[in-house]
Amino acid sequence: MSGNGHQPTEGGPSVGVPAEGGPSVGVPAEGEIRIGVYVCHCGSNIAGVVDVVEVARWAGEALKDRGVVIAREYRFMCSSPGQDLITDDIRDLGLNRIVVAACSPHLHENTFRNATARAGLNPYLCELVSIREQDSWVHTDKAAATAKAKAILSGGVERVRRNTPLDAIIVDINAATLVVGGGIAGIQAALEIADAGFHVYLVEKDASIGGHMAQFDKTFPTLDCAACILTPRMVSAGTHPNVTLLTWSEVTHVDGYVGNFTATILKKARYVDESLCTGCGVCSEKCPKNVIDEVYEAGLGYRKAIYTPFDQAVPRTPVIDRQNCTYFEKGTCKACEKFCESNAIRFDQQDEEITINIGNIILATGYEIFDARRIAQYGYGRLPNVFTSLEFERLSNSAGPTNGRIVLRDGVTEPKTVGVIHCVGSRDRNFNNYCSAICCMQSLKFAHLVKEHTGATVYNFYIDMRTVAKSYDEFYQRVMEEGTLFVRGKPAEVTEAGRLPGEEGKLIVQVEDTLAGRQRRIPVDMVVLSVGLQPRADAKELATRFGISCSSDGWAIEKHPKLDPVATMTEGVFIAGCVSGPKDIPSSVAQGAAAAARVLGRIQMKQMNLEPIKASVHADNCSGCRICNTMCPYNAISFQVAAGVSSINAAMCQGCGTCVAACPAGAIAGTGFSDEQVLAQIEGLLKVGADGTPLKRSAFPEAHHEPIEEAVRA
Amino acid sequence: MSTQAPVAPAPAEGTAPATTFEPVIIGFTCNWCSYRAADLAGTARTKYPPNVRLIRLMCSGRLDPTFVLKAFSEGADAVMVSGCHPGECHYIEQNYKALRRFQLLRRTIESLGIEPQRLQLVWASAAEGVRLAGEIARVTEEVRALGPLGWPVGNLVDIDDVDLDAAWQATGGDAGGPPPAPGGVNPDHAAETAQ
Repeated sequence: MSGNGHQPTEGGPSVGVPAEGGPSVGVPAEGEIRIGVYVCHCGSNIAGVVDVVEVARWAGEALKDRGVVIAREYRFMCSSPGQDLITDDIRDLGLNRIVVAACSPHLHENTFRNATARAGLNPYLCELVSIREQDSWVHTDKAAATAKAKAILSGGVERVRRNTPLDAIIVDINAATLVVGGGIAGIQAALEIADAGFHVYLVEKDASIGGHMAQFDKTFPTLDCAACILTPRMVSAGTHPNVTLLTWSEVTHVDGYVGNFTATILKKARYVDESLCTGCGVCSEKCPKNVIDEVYEAGLGYRKAIYTPFDQAVPRTPVIDRQNCTYFEKGTCKACEKFCESNAIRFDQQDEEITINIGNIILATGYEIFDARRIAQYGYGRLPNVFTSLEFERLSNSAGPTNGRIVLRDGVTEPKTVGVIHCVGSRDRNFNNYCSAICCMQSLKFAHLVKEHTGATVYNFYIDMRTVAKSYDEFYQRVMEEGTLFVRGKPAEVTEAGRLPGEEGKLIVQVEDTLAGRQRRIPVDMVVLSVGLQPRADAKELATRFGISCSSDGWAIEKHPKLDPVATMTEGVFIAGCVSGPKDIPSSVAQGAAAAARVLGRIQMKQMNLEPIKASVHADNCSGCRICNTMCPYNAISFQVAAGVSSINAAMCQGCGTCVAACPAGAIAGTGFSDEQVLAQIEGLLKVGADGTPLKRSAFPEAHHEPIEEAVRA
Repeated sequence: MSTQAPVAPAPAEGTAPATTFEPVIIGFTCNWCSYRAADLAGTARTKYPPNVRLIRLMCSGRLDPTFVLKAFSEGADAVMVSGCHPGECHYIEQNYKALRRFQLLRRTIESLGIEPQRLQLVWASAAEGVRLAGEIARVTEEVRALGPLGWPVGNLVDIDDVDLDAAWQATGGDAGGPPPAPGGVNPDHAAETAQ
């Protein structure tokens, strides 16, 4: 298909005839714009709705005046033969602009830019316009979709006329990496990079690394002990020569761009000198103050005012909880100081700010559990023997507050019957719509542990069983064979209001058994709520701090959910583990390693090409009004007093373009998205009406394309 | 809406009572949230009316008010500005600047005789393909109800017939800056020369 005919097009869209005259085949005249247009079928993805043959024919004729020398359609433009069409035409027809109408630029922009570059043309003279995601996939009316495709293509043609050759910006990659979050995903990522010989800063906000996994007793489906598999990793991370471990610390500020980030880390005062502390634990032993441990023991146990969260903590250095320490409250005590043989206690220690330079960042900040109090009818917080899954983990953990005895809230009585409720806060339109992925398996694990520890009768109340990973369904079979009772239905209520014989003193789970087709009241001694996972409360702040986006739920958004699950839209910032959504331990570990592999790839490249989207001030046009100076969120614009004009630091500019839009003199140019490009695209988009015919404009005279173009060139 | 304004929309005389009016809407999206939302709507095959044509900017803060006016003057029936939700801007806070410009622009177009509802602001995060599609459908229906943008017909001066330089001299040169002279003369100085 070629629009390379000889007859002039009838009237065409109402645009000024370019000064350089009509295009002709052969060697391009000086300054002549010669555009090649390529319309992709994408199999039937586009061609099923958009008449791509017609679009290409139209472009070849109607846009001939606008410099279109050739317009083709092809089944798969991204395939090798498709790309060859472009490279061959650039060489044979002397094309100097390319427009591909296919999928989203976020998918294949680089593909076509690279093809353009292979033929010796500057890659930024190629435009990819989306007629798939924005057209064929979202519309059903074929005529309207075809008209829209023409408009989109016309916008791309007008825009590409104003594209200028650009050079990618080359930046060096700092080999050091920041890993935020010391759970299993973060530990895995840090170790992979450190083992490869590069430096890692591992920042953890709690006093020890380990994350949620350190609180668990057993891990499904193999039932190996969480501590046994986790602690060797923790120790490696703590002692690795390439890892700088910063616990009790938080990243407060991030500046820079891929390869060259600067992070400010707040190292909170521990009131203990880490270099002197041997981790002997005498201070905690001697501390007279008991505090309920809301974090590690989920409120079921006690810790001291000076403490390490758990026995295998890394580092072993304790922290003093200032709110509860008698010395900080009343000015006396200092028992810890008295008994510390290495004189490591420092009551006058201050918070410290550390600044580090890194090339890449991995966010592995994890999740928090759904607050079961929000579902009042399940009675958590009101009925003593309703537990959350995290509380149950601590109960069943031999290092936990009950030394692994599964007992009721009185601390003595073993339950005879236990009900485990799935999907608490998940798959519930009142709370979270999503499936938390791990609750089915954790509930099965609880059922097994209850049987093993107490021999009690266990009911699992489920909506659907989701046991999809390796060996998971076998575990489900095993738990069924062990005699756990499964009731398919979402419980309506947990109550202590017994009214039938056998219900006194029990918790009654009111549930519709959807398989039996009837309401049931099941009396139990203990209820475990298998609560879902949700983003951390500060997820959105975190996303803003690191310049990534998150969904309305608060989960971090991947660059591509399938093909690039550990990258983000921000170059140099990667995500691993539950920060992007609920995951089990194997997936979190895999993501930690995957993110590390991505970072190692960057480090090995030593240099990277960045999009040359930057703003710059045209000093001659700048009046020195300084309006732009306060606009820039990155303080990249400064006023040059001597010259009386503003100037932009290209290294600090992130290319948002706010200053370009704000400059009253039009003195700031933004590469890649210049005024001329956008205005031209608007003109192009509005050449075609909703029905595909030229858009009937107002009584205004024809638009003034060329003066704009000329003014720019001047 | 002001009736004394000379460019108050005239009833679209002569045009046959349209069976269905299909508005043409220009949508400005940011690279990080709303354009991704549009991509997501596509990937998920979420349907919306084909009346909107999207332009990708790096940030909604890049929205030069000229873009909006240009779209109206080129025949768009409405303009939709779209970016990340407040507080979620990829460039920290530039969407707030888009918000301010949006509010000023709404007043400006009203004084030009364009119904303010023809300029719409839609926040959509990268995960909100369905929301964006829904908003596009809503905007399309609102604009359809308004009818075509009623630019006045006839009696307009063709800008090409005006000697801008003469007009500039006549005003004494304080109504703005002249176009940059070839050779890049500072417009401030040029203004002085003109006087």
